[in-house]
Amino acid sequence: MSKFSLITKGFIKDNPTFVLVLGMCPTLATTTSAMNGLEMGLATMFVLILSNIFISLIAPVVPDKVRIPVYIVVIATFVTVLQLAMQAFVPDIYETLGLFIPLIVVNCIVLGRAEAFANKNSVGDSALDGIGIGLGFTLSLTVIGIVREILGSGSVFGWKFIAGDGILAFVMAPGAFLVLGYLMVLFNKFLAKK
Amino acid sequence: MEFLLIIISAIFVNNILLAQFLGICPFLGVSNKLSTATGMSGAVCFVITLATVVTYLINQYLLVPFKLEFLQTIAFILVIAALVQMVEIVLKKISPSLYQALGIFLPLITTNCAVLGVALTVVTKEFTFGGEAHMLNLGEATVYAFATSLGYGLAMILFAGLREHLALNNVPKAFRGLPIALITVSIMAMAFLGFSGIV
Repeated sequence: MSKFSLITKGFIKDNPTFVLVLGMCPTLATTTSAMNGLEMGLATMFVLILSNIFISLIAPVVPDKVRIPVYIVVIATFVTVLQLAMQAFVPDIYETLGLFIPLIVVNCIVLGRAEAFANKNSVGDSALDGIGIGLGFTLSLTVIGIVREILGSGSVFGWKFIAGDGILAFVMAPGAFLVLGYLMVLFNKFLAKK
Repeated sequence: MEFLLIIISAIFVNNILLAQFLGICPFLGVSNKLSTATGMSGAVCFVITLATVVTYLINQYLLVPFKLEFLQTIAFILVIAALVQMVEIVLKKISPSLYQALGIFLPLITTNCAVLGVALTVVTKEFTFGGEAHMLNLGEATVYAFATSLGYGLAMILFAGLREHLALNNVPKAFRGLPIALITVSIMAMAFLGFSGIV
């Protein structure tokens, strides 16, 4: 697989949200606005890249039987680094995303990439894979965030262009499921045409 | 009275699946059949309650006295992973029939974010059940965890029932599988919004 396709596969072919359907909890919970979706995506990408690099380095020496617990500890370590860094530098964002930052530990995307890619590929390729899948995840979250923000509060990235309150349900729980469901339909249609 | 408030709030008002979005992956993954959904709910119920009690005690008597709260995430996920393993071994020994029913779901539960989510919530968030905001004590935390997992089971079993009917219907091609399931969950979440405000 070429270096370029490692980075771009996350957008369409291996899109973590619409094709692989992994990491649904943060996808639904943090996309109340475009900005929140983007921030959550970037936070996940940070952990994904670092854990991919580290796991591809240690994979040759980790016994097969204990590999999953080892990977989880590695991922949890990077999540703790991220938590401390965010509390120090961007406490507002940490406050908004809340519980879903520590929960990156159990995000199936991160463990999934470690198991499916990083433990049998080179360090460079694993880093690119982390970037690619991370970008795909960030893009999906931002798109869902944009749709929910337009319908729910009539704005994009905080820039308000429709006066009034918007449809509150789209910012709340039902809207999350509904928007994801319909975007998946569009994605399926688009893929079927290609 | 306070326990009643915790129970109603955790099951209906702040339903863990439909309002807090925790544990969605197994919710979508194993809700195709009513029997597997029931098995999964039972296993989740068991593990969430046990894990919350254990992690609560570890936090209270190990992490807080040594000022190691920043290790919560790492410590909790390891405890949960170990606990799930142990439950699996113990169940296999003492109750093979229960192991038959729950066994295949247990390994999946380690990466169920509902377990870690509830464990972290009860030690970091202040609650306002009947009066002023306060951290939960052990009894309240246990009741909260148990009620939350009942809410998980309720949403899961209701959804599995709906999904069994969905499978028999003629759904447009692009909607088949997950999209129509998500739209169904959305309507369920709307129904559960009706409970908001009763506590």
